[in-house]
Formats: sequence, structure tokens, C-alpha cells
Amino acid sequence: MMLILIGFLSGIISGMGIGGGTILIPSLVLLNNIKQQDAQGINLIVFLPVAATALYTHYKKGNIEFMYAKSIIIGGIIGAIIGSILAAKINSSSLRKFFGVFLLLIGIYELFKKKK
Amino acid sequence: MNNTKYKLLLIGLVAGLINGLFGSGGGTIIVPALVFLMGVNDYKAHATAILIILPLSVISTIIYFSNNLIPFKTAIHVTIGGVVGSFLGAKLLNKIPINILRKIFGSIIIYTAIRMIWK
Repeated sequence: MMLILIGFLSGIISGMGIGGGTILIPSLVLLNNIKQQDAQGINLIVFLPVAATALYTHYKKGNIEFMYAKSIIIGGIIGAIIGSILAAKINSSSLRKFFGVFLLLIGIYELFKKKK
Repeated sequence: MNNTKYKLLLIGLVAGLINGLFGSGGGTIIVPALVFLMGVNDYKAHATAILIILPLSVISTIIYFSNNLIPFKTAIHVTIGGVVGSFLGAKLLNKIPINILRKIFGSIIIYTAIRMIWK
């Protein structure tokens, strides 16, 4: 039940376009004692159906810039392979700390970002 | 290859690296990059970021899976909650003051980050 609730709350946040993983991963690690890599793996799985649905809606509304997307995806695939292999190799507590630093930067950015 | 193409490849490389390493966060790189470097509007940047991160996440999922880093039993429960929650979030999007929410979110994130670092 706790897991469904955590998923539900982070789903609301991600539906608003703020970033569900930044809530979901720490909740799993801090509240459910799940290993950092496992929490990240869960987030990847949860993202797939949610993103596919959102993508379909955006595509029908014509919100997608295909021109830019292609090159970013090519670079991104190389990055994703390197990043995922690294994640599998790093020990869990170091990865959690790196993740924490990344999260701190996101939080500072959200707080001080200028309103549009 | 022109300058723009290099820039786009580099944005992708960084976003893919982050998204693979942390299993999340690719969007936090792509959205500001599209807005500030490419001049795409905020709404389109969000939509485009999803198109980009989806295939990257599929690749990361495959690599995580082959390293036994995906506990499926737990993932199913979280996914059920996540799918329902994201529908609700998308419906609420235009009904609540998102800027105030972002400040609250930022504060929670900073607190959580510190706990992750010092756990």
C-alpha cells in the first residue's frame, strides 16, 4: 500500500511536469530502505508507461520539435549506455551520495529560477 | 556537421549520461537546454523532452535489467500508483498555481538531498 501511495504522489508531481523521479527515488530509498540502484531501476520502469501516454497526447497536439529531437537522441543513446553501465558498477552508498548532490542542484535551480 | 548539431549531440550525451547514471533527471537537463540554448518555448520543450527520454530510458532499463537492478514485484505496485497519479497531475496542471508549487518542491528537494548525502 505504501508503495502504491509513493507511486501515486510522485505520479501527480510528474504529471505536472516537475519531475517524478526526484521524489520517487528518495522516497523508496529513505522510507522503504530500497537500494539506490534498485530505486533507480523502479523509476525507469514506472516512467515508461507514463511517458508513452503523455507522448501520445503531446504528439496529437503537435507539441513536439522533431527537428531537434533526432540529434539529441543520438547523443543521448551513447550517454545512456555509459551512464547505465557506470550505475551498475558504482557501490550503492556512493551512488546515493552522487544522486543527493544532483538533487541538491535541482532543488537550488527550482528555488531560484526566474518566473516566466 | 554544423555548430547546432554538435550542440544537440552534446545536450543528448549529457542528458543520457545523467538519466542512465541516476535512472532519472534527463528532463532536468533537456528542458532548460532546449529553452535557453535553442529558444524552444517551455511547453514544447517539456513535450520534446519526453520523446527524447523515452528511448534513452528503454536502453537504460535493458542495461539495468541485465544487471539485476530491477525488483519487478516492487516496481508493479509503484507503477500502478504512478500511472493513476500522473493522470491526476496532468488534469490538475492548469488548475493550481504551479509557481508556488515549484518553490515548495524545491525546498522539499533540498531537504531530501541533504538526507540522501548524509544517510
